[in-house]
Amino acid sequence: MSKPKFAMYWAASCGGCEIAVLNTNEKILDVDANFEVVFWPVAMDAKYKDVEAMEDGSILLTLFNGGIRNDENEHIAKLLRKKSKILVAFGSCACEGCIPGLANFSPSRDITDTAFSTISTDNPDNVRPQTHYMMPEGEITIPTIYPVLRTLEQVVDVDYYMPGCPPESHQIAAVIDLIIQVLQGKAELPPKGATIGAGNSTVCDECKRKRNVKLIKEFGRIQLMHADPDLCLLEQGIPCNGPATRSGCNARCPSAGAQCIGCYGPAEGVQDYGSRLIAAFASVIDSEKPDEIDKILDGLVDPAGQFYRFNLAGSMLRAGKSAKVSGD
Amino acid sequence: MSDKPETKQFEPTIIGFTCNWCSYRAADMAGTARMKYAPNVRLIRLMCSGRLDPMFVFKAFAGGADAVLISGCHPGDCHYINQNYKAMRRFQLMKRVLAQLGIEPARLKLLWASAAEGAIFASEITKFVEEVRALGPLNFNATGFENQPKVEHKEVPA
Amino acid sequence: MTQRITIDPITRLEGHGKIEIFLNDDGDVANTYFQIPELRGFERFCVGRPVEELPLLTNRICGVCPEAHHMAGAKAADAVYGVDIPSTAKKLRELLYMAFYCTDHTTHFYALGGPDFVMGPDAPVAERNILGVIHKVGLEIAGKVLQMRKYGHDTVEIIGGRKVHPCTSIPGGLTKGITEEQRVEIEKMGRWAVEFGQFSLKLFADVVLANKTYLDLILGDIYTHRTYSMGMVDENNKVNFYDGKVRVTGPDGKELVKYAPKEYLDNIAEHVEPWTYLKFPYLKKVGWKGFVDGADSGVYMATPLSRLNAADGMATPLAQVEYDKFYKTLGGKPVHQRLAIHWARLIELLYAAERWVELATDPEITSPNFHTIPTATPTEGVGIVEAPRGTLTHHYWTDERGVVTKVNLIVGTTNNNAPITMSIMKAASSLIKKGNVNEGLLNMVEMAFRAYDPCFGCETHSLQGQMPLEIRILKPDGEIVEVLKQFIE
Ligand code: SF4
Ligand code: SF4
Ligand code: SF4
Ligand code: FES
Repeated sequence: MSKPKFAMYWAASCGGCEIAVLNTNEKILDVDANFEVVFWPVAMDAKYKDVEAMEDGSILLTLFNGGIRNDENEHIAKLLRKKSKILVAFGSCACEGCIPGLANFSPSRDITDTAFSTISTDNPDNVRPQTHYMMPEGEITIPTIYPVLRTLEQVVDVDYYMPGCPPESHQIAAVIDLIIQVLQGKAELPPKGATIGAGNSTVCDECKRKRNVKLIKEFGRIQLMHADPDLCLLEQGIPCNGPATRSGCNARCPSAGAQCIGCYGPAEGVQDYGSRLIAAFASVIDSEKPDEIDKILDGLVDPAGQFYRFNLAGSMLRAGKSAKVSGD
Repeated sequence: MSDKPETKQFEPTIIGFTCNWCSYRAADMAGTARMKYAPNVRLIRLMCSGRLDPMFVFKAFAGGADAVLISGCHPGDCHYINQNYKAMRRFQLMKRVLAQLGIEPARLKLLWASAAEGAIFASEITKFVEEVRALGPLNFNATGFENQPKVEHKEVPA
Repeated sequence: MTQRITIDPITRLEGHGKIEIFLNDDGDVANTYFQIPELRGFERFCVGRPVEELPLLTNRICGVCPEAHHMAGAKAADAVYGVDIPSTAKKLRELLYMAFYCTDHTTHFYALGGPDFVMGPDAPVAERNILGVIHKVGLEIAGKVLQMRKYGHDTVEIIGGRKVHPCTSIPGGLTKGITEEQRVEIEKMGRWAVEFGQFSLKLFADVVLANKTYLDLILGDIYTHRTYSMGMVDENNKVNFYDGKVRVTGPDGKELVKYAPKEYLDNIAEHVEPWTYLKFPYLKKVGWKGFVDGADSGVYMATPLSRLNAADGMATPLAQVEYDKFYKTLGGKPVHQRLAIHWARLIELLYAAERWVELATDPEITSPNFHTIPTATPTEGVGIVEAPRGTLTHHYWTDERGVVTKVNLIVGTTNNNAPITMSIMKAASSLIKKGNVNEGLLNMVEMAFRAYDPCFGCETHSLQGQMPLEIRILKPDGEIVEVLKQFIE
């Protein structure tokens, strides 16, 4: 009997998701033992044309990481959707846009204008890369960059979501185990649309720092103080995204003295990540006077960046309406 | 207040979240007393302004609202002690976030009104409608995609 | 009649770099273009963010070398506040960075660049990958490679909080220190890494240097470019990855300039071409003369080889012995044969491991003094580290609240954009004559390319692992004359 087929692909990704998979070490061998790896550009021959030639639905499992930044990314997302039974949005980029999604704050023109007019750029004629360019020898082309970065589900139907930037290796290992058990008939797949490889509560729930329901008179900056290593960072005024962020990483960053920046995305049941954080941050402010509240808020220098750092492309106000808002 | 709005003038859509105890009654009173106020506002009743999840506001904007009104009991009068202060803090923070997302903060308004202040409620709403009318339609493009030039997918001539 | 050859890594739809080769009427190479099709815009969207977040945000430029961005970002943010970080913090950051270097150089030698040598350039394509290496050198070595990767990542995690995308460097130092138990653990792993580094160099000597064919290949002309060399050095002009001044030496090996991070703008500029999203940095004082070699052309390389060329030696004893051997074997300093980059990489691996142990046994390393609160008003700052793939420069400007107003980044691989283009041109020109495309073209172009260990995640998004290539040769009317494939079945 032939083994079920496995694929992993990166669209507009940084490669960290692939490194995280490689960091599962011996689990890679389990994948190899239980699956026929048919497409995985980082690890093996990328037989793109073979994928095209495959029967629809013939790949059992595809892990897709990276966001959709250009026409090529979209094309391959659609192709892999067609060929795969189970398509997993793998990592924050595919799930919610991640840091590259912050590009959606600015018009795409600004992005190129900035990149090609930086202080070290020698560009007196204000040249911009052209998608089609005529050289003396002939025309050469580069793909078009889309005006915004989109998440995988804004382009194709997604079966499961695996959050994290990148997903923690122990979580990846657990998911690989689960799927192998499913193959052996020892476990069942979670319902479609579920988030896998993560917890159901918040980073705060996993965080060992002590909370005293203390309110704050000002927001602080992590570099401008010596934070108490045992107390909740948010209660010390340091903007920590733990309250809205999905558990699953064992509160890694707060354990290392840093604030949670939110890479696991919205916690279970949170429809709009930033909204949840607005509510959470508003409730730690110790004031009932509008002026004073404004003064305290001045200490939060980049609220939209803080609240939508990983989630802008996938958020309510920057998401495909059809994908999230109207579907509720 | 003019009886008939000029033809073709922009009619903003405004979603209003009101507290059950005071502002909703104020609105109700304004209505029963036949006080005229602009019909642009669709009111949604909450038990208390403190129940306003910022997500409702964002959802309203994403769904096509040109502006959002939040109203609740006057400071000190909230039936759930101080929940309206919570609404106020959220409101002030939301305005900042909206501004960064390209939505004018003036499209979000907080209004305190007691059950007896039907007239004030009506006139404030009318004022708000005019302010929003001056701002023009929001046309928030949640995807950032529709209004952009269509991307040509041209095959690379090999 | 112009013929066009397109080499498209992986597939034509992948968008991870593309090579176009045009032939002239005689069937010789008229020109080559190496194109990068992606742009993500970090320089734009980092604006408006608090400066302490930049070491975290810029991590996501590249998941292969996030540690390099984390360090360059943290150093730039320190400079923005004009804060001197405590020496414990500096040592901890460098220690993390050494562990990262060991992991990264290991991955690239054994999985990416090395197979060309270990398996031999003539080995069947299907075997010239990590699995082929495992089969040839044995599972035991494969186990060592995995162990090295694991130890590196474990050390990164202990100091940096996370294995991928570390989170503990902030302006003024770190958010945490390490305990004595952790130090012991790190030291143990470092000592193992030193052995691994020596082992790798021995493997290289046995398999590559002892084989005349390989040695000739390294020394051959196809892969030679006489350009400037760039690398960071310490106060004794020894190679350093974390801190120091950037030194540039000429094709003749003489120092052109040695500049402090904040002087980079006097020394580096980036040339723009309309047919690629990736810019071409060059030495400002020499000037952009196009894609040419020589002392009059501002093209430079920033690789393990250039770092060795630009320095006077290695700061650790075992690596210094290897350094001497390197130049003795290859005919003196500087070395311009690009394939020597692989060897240089292993010497750096050994240095990083030795430095790892030095730092792990430094009595200061467990001190709780790992953060200084900055007091000055933030303004502007530059941070430079040596990323494995080249000198990495981060430059931030902020307002008085420390909110970023402008960002400039010159990232590792970008430095080598021009030399890579030139190496491709050279390999193509020597292998395509009178319209005859040598079957070895793919192979040779790929080797030229891979020596740089290009990782365009740095500027675009992709990690170039194996380089499946496809070359199409077409008549002007578009009819396919010939398709050569490698890695693509
Ligand atoms: S989710 Fe994070 S680690 Fe994964 S590709 Fe995106 S930026 Fe890289
Ligand atoms: S806010 Fe941050 S520090 Fe506080 S409990 Fe939550 S995760 Fe921990
Ligand atoms: S603490 Fe937050 S930012 Fe850190 S790994 Fe966990 S979810 Fe990601
Ligand atoms: S009950 Fe009216 S605002 Fe709370």
